[in-house]
Amino acid sequence: MLLIICPNCGPRNSDEFTFQGEPRPRPDVDTTDPAEWRRYQYIRSNEAGWVVERWFHVSGCRRFLMLERHTVSNEIRDVELVGEEQA
Amino acid sequence: MSKTPRFSAWKLFRQGMSRTPWPRVWEHHDLRPSYDVVIVGGGVHGLATAYYLARNHGIIDVAVLEKSYIGSGGSGRNTAIVRSNYLTPEGSRFYDRSVKLYEGLSEDLNFNVMFEQRGHLTLAHSDASLRTMRWRAEVNKLEGIDSSVISPQAIKELAPYLDVTDHPRYPILGALWHPPGGIIRHDAVVWGYARAANAMGAHIHQETEVTGIDVDDGKVTGVQTSRGPVATRTVINCTAGWASLVSAMAGVRLPITTRPLQAAVTEPVKQFLHPVIVSGSLHTYVSQTARGELVFGASVDPFASYSTRGSLEFTTGLATHVLELMPALANMRLLRQWAGLCDMTPDFGPIIGPTPVDGFFVDVGWGTYGFKAGPVAGEAVADMIANGRPGELIAPFGLDRFESGNLTAEKGAAAVGH
Repeated sequence: MLLIICPNCGPRNSDEFTFQGEPRPRPDVDTTDPAEWRRYQYIRSNEAGWVVERWFHVSGCRRFLMLERHTVSNEIRDVELVGEEQA
Repeated sequence: MSKTPRFSAWKLFRQGMSRTPWPRVWEHHDLRPSYDVVIVGGGVHGLATAYYLARNHGIIDVAVLEKSYIGSGGSGRNTAIVRSNYLTPEGSRFYDRSVKLYEGLSEDLNFNVMFEQRGHLTLAHSDASLRTMRWRAEVNKLEGIDSSVISPQAIKELAPYLDVTDHPRYPILGALWHPPGGIIRHDAVVWGYARAANAMGAHIHQETEVTGIDVDDGKVTGVQTSRGPVATRTVINCTAGWASLVSAMAGVRLPITTRPLQAAVTEPVKQFLHPVIVSGSLHTYVSQTARGELVFGASVDPFASYSTRGSLEFTTGLATHVLELMPALANMRLLRQWAGLCDMTPDFGPIIGPTPVDGFFVDVGWGTYGFKAGPVAGEAVADMIANGRPGELIAPFGLDRFESGNLTAEKGAAAVGH
């Protein structure tokens, strides 16, 4: 059970959220080639350690959050709301 | 097999009467400064690869490097279910070969792996899933695999404790019946392969963690380990949940995310459940071991992690789903729960084959069903190492498919069904 402290709603169980994984910059669709686009689609860093990732508070305030999580211990720190324009 | 004595009924009797402990079934070796082939990961895939390299191709200068004890990862944490009723022809062919190898494995390895072909029932709770079952059954039949769709009445005869009435939230409308499927003693498979590989000359190094892979001019030259460097030209990554981390050492990035999958067992009770029961809609599968414990598994956790701790959401969700299937289990107690790490790929197909680094091969991305594939993957990888290129059976599963876009479509049969 993960406890995520939503800046908007306070401490909530992680099952109120959906996990969206590591943020990946999207290549420019006008200049990208299929190989680069597929790398963007499929390749993940999948690190063991502190990672920055995006979660969505689907059963709460429905805001997107960026947080840091340690993928081995599942500790969470630095939870921040993301502006809606980045969603 | 000269150094390793053969096991037999007479040997079992004599050893039992002698009141002395059984000898170790594989030896401890010093780490040599070089090996022809280094296999990273001492699970069923790595050990089977070492075994088939020696048996089928005479390649015996092989080291299996395991950071913990052998079978400590997914090979000892899975729910030990074996089946071949997959959705795609390439998937079905592949797992059918694996079931065939498992059928002959006890004799082949001279080690009892306790394979019980109890039959495998995949339940359909909706018209849509019943349709998929029919599709799977037809694909399977074309590949010569025993698989058919059966009615709730026939299900009741096979598993009397299942609730086949129309009362549950997810009523049972039918099932895919796969008689060759069953359960196996997963530790025995690991030990059997380790013993047989060792007997033919492979070295199994436990508590030997690979900390780096040396690449020079696009070619593998060796590995760095916690016990010193090893020179080699061929490295095979068989590390499942840790696959991305090991591949990154060679500079190879993989389309993999690591997700925990949790499982649990109950206290042992008298035998009452013969076949393996799987419900995709309820995200659960149940089987009863020879000891009488019920083994439950689920789908992967909803977020990526390298943590193998169990969670309360899992046990409460599991209990809800299992009681939906078999209300009679309400008073049973769970004994323990655990988690294993699954290396999930975008198309739920494995990644086997060469990589952009010469001499660095992967046998990863098995996700939630790597154990079933252990023997055939070992055989196919050994064949690839000996012949220098992937054989027909594993050709659809290369790493390059994520650049070409030619993905496999196995999710329909592999996302939950085990």
